[in-house]
Amino acid sequence: MKWLDTNRVRAVVRKELRDYRRKRAIVVTMAVLPILFLIEPVVVIFVAPPTLSGGSLGKNLVLPILYLLLIPTVMPSTLAAYTVAGEREQGTLEPLLTTPIRQEEFIVGKAAAVLIPTMVASYVVFGLFLAAVALFAHPVVATAFFHQGPVLLALFLLAPLLSTWAIVVGMAISVRASEVRVAQQLATLASFPPVVVILLLAVGVLHPTFALALEFAAVLLVIDLVALRLISGMFDRERLVTGAKAV
Amino acid sequence: MTTTATVRVTRAGRGRSGGRPWEVVLDGAVVDSLGNGEVIDLPVEPGKHALRVRAGKYLASPERPFEAGDGRTVGFSCRTRPQHPFIVQRSFFLLIASLFTHQSWIALTPDEDYLADSSLIDSSFTDSSPDGGGTAGTDTAVGTDTAAGTAPAPGVATAVPGTLGTPASLRSPLPRQPRPPPDPGTEPVLTVNSLTKRFGRRTAFSEVSFEVLRGEVFGFLGPNGAGKTTTVRTLGTLIAPTSGSATVAGIPLTPENGVEIRQRVSIMPEAPGLYLRLTVAENLEYFAGLYGLHHPQTRITDALDAVNLGDRAGDLCGGLSKGLRQRVGLARTLLSDPAIMFLDEPTSGLDPVAAREVHDLVDGLRQRGVTIFLTTHRLDEAEKLCDRVAILNTTLRTIGRPADLRAQLFKSALIVETLKPLVDPDALFASLPAVESWRDVHDGTYEVVVADPRLAAPGVARGLVGAGADVVSIGEAQHSLEDVYLELVNEDVEAQRP
Repeated sequence: MKWLDTNRVRAVVRKELRDYRRKRAIVVTMAVLPILFLIEPVVVIFVAPPTLSGGSLGKNLVLPILYLLLIPTVMPSTLAAYTVAGEREQGTLEPLLTTPIRQEEFIVGKAAAVLIPTMVASYVVFGLFLAAVALFAHPVVATAFFHQGPVLLALFLLAPLLSTWAIVVGMAISVRASEVRVAQQLATLASFPPVVVILLLAVGVLHPTFALALEFAAVLLVIDLVALRLISGMFDRERLVTGAKAV
Repeated sequence: MTTTATVRVTRAGRGRSGGRPWEVVLDGAVVDSLGNGEVIDLPVEPGKHALRVRAGKYLASPERPFEAGDGRTVGFSCRTRPQHPFIVQRSFFLLIASLFTHQSWIALTPDEDYLADSSLIDSSFTDSSPDGGGTAGTDTAVGTDTAAGTAPAPGVATAVPGTLGTPASLRSPLPRQPRPPPDPGTEPVLTVNSLTKRFGRRTAFSEVSFEVLRGEVFGFLGPNGAGKTTTVRTLGTLIAPTSGSATVAGIPLTPENGVEIRQRVSIMPEAPGLYLRLTVAENLEYFAGLYGLHHPQTRITDALDAVNLGDRAGDLCGGLSKGLRQRVGLARTLLSDPAIMFLDEPTSGLDPVAAREVHDLVDGLRQRGVTIFLTTHRLDEAEKLCDRVAILNTTLRTIGRPADLRAQLFKSALIVETLKPLVDPDALFASLPAVESWRDVHDGTYEVVVADPRLAAPGVARGLVGAGADVVSIGEAQHSLEDVYLELVNEDVEAQRP
């Protein structure tokens, strides 16, 4: 048996992206939210005193860089929370469940449809930020900034993993939630736990190293994959249609 | 020698052509276009012509040479060239034509593509050669002027003898005659055995058993909460049955077969459930993708044409009326060419005009031989559309053809109306040998049970007149499906009373 039919997954992704494009609130949120999260790092970088020693300056730059990781963490949670609860609320879930789509295909398709715009927005913002630092920051600050190798690696490596975590948790809540608003609030809260590691880095409990970045990414990857499998199990057609678990 | 070929289109395919006229192209030139039921006489010289038919820009049959000879009914498997100039796609409709000149048939070669696709072959074609017995009315329709009263077979364009003349002046629409629906086959496409579904202590439906035959429109009636929708959801693998078994489209109903079953059936829930920010075509495109359809554009166009929405493909679903959304929902169920279509209350909440449109569409699907499982509590709808009905009220109360159910449940009777109430109806009816029993319906109106209303009516009339009654009317008691339904459902209500 084929586990995933890519045509069905693609159909889900294409439809979701079309749907987002037509909903102005989603487009505006996707555009505005990253910009809001960009303000703080930009301010820190551009007001950082270049007179500090290299080590002190570097420490000052860790938090603003990691702050950017809030974009892929927070941005997808509301969209993910809408995936199932929203379909149920607008009456489209049952027709969808009558098609041959498997739960894995549905979940992967929906997750990809949230992940793609999130990652595009996140990496565009990261790119703009790096370009701005390289072009406009004080040369001393810029040099110190680009010496934060482990942090920059974490920025690019963790973005999709944190995003996937937020999406999976959001979808899990969406499967069980009675209504969209509840799902979205819970999903936003539930997306934060991985950010604790970032806070530990920021307050100096953990020290940013390449090894730590890779280890954290590996753990997060495993958690994401397990969570994806678990959510497939939660996706019970009978429960989704009737609200009662299959006996 | 110039002769006349008369061509008539009685059904312009089941797809893209929709209601569009078919252009008749003789030797490369369009001689005229035919709508459904229209006829054209062509002056031809046997053996020197090539004929094709086409509808719209992209739909055309292969060109066929023809010559005088013995008759054949010929299928044109039309091809489309919808998007890509280098890909000729197969489409899903057909036109079967017979041509007739001077009492001899014009022979055309059957289209091998058409023959190869068994889903497109109906009995009217496969047995329609002159020595093939002419089943399903094809030969009859060809050999007899349809205007004289013989209904053509489904999916058949036939030819009738005509006279010489210019094509345009001779084209004449034939009187439209209601075509009897194709007889359902004998092969069950859905078999349900003692199926039961419980949610905890509540029983949605219990010990339900029935069969639905291929090509049948099967009505599933019942009051609110009777378990109709739950039955549909169970058969559509959305819900697991508590006990019992079923075979859906030849596949046993098990959790492992869910994907396969859902691939073979389509379900239209009560609410069409469309994505309102997407266009009609985008909605269908999405579902075509979920069904893994190849050439989805052709299917989408066919499905939209089938529900007369070909010109609304680009409209946002959010801007459509409820009736139109229901039609889009129907188009969606047609996309996958399902073995069974489950329509759950398709006219629920629609105004009479929109409901009638949906009825016409369902009737059209029935004419095409689509197997439909229709749940409804609108009894007029069931009576009008369904070959057989089952009445469910948690358990299956009855099943059969509406007429048979009426006969089963109600004895044949006469309704007698007199100007004034009879003085002694007991004595009077007891004196009439044909009368088995009687009851007073209301003042001066009596229901008189007899074995054969037609034979008994004269005797009853004579008896009444002989007794000095002023008879206003005597007629056979007519019971509707609604009477059957109410009788059965009321029985349940009575049984539940303490």
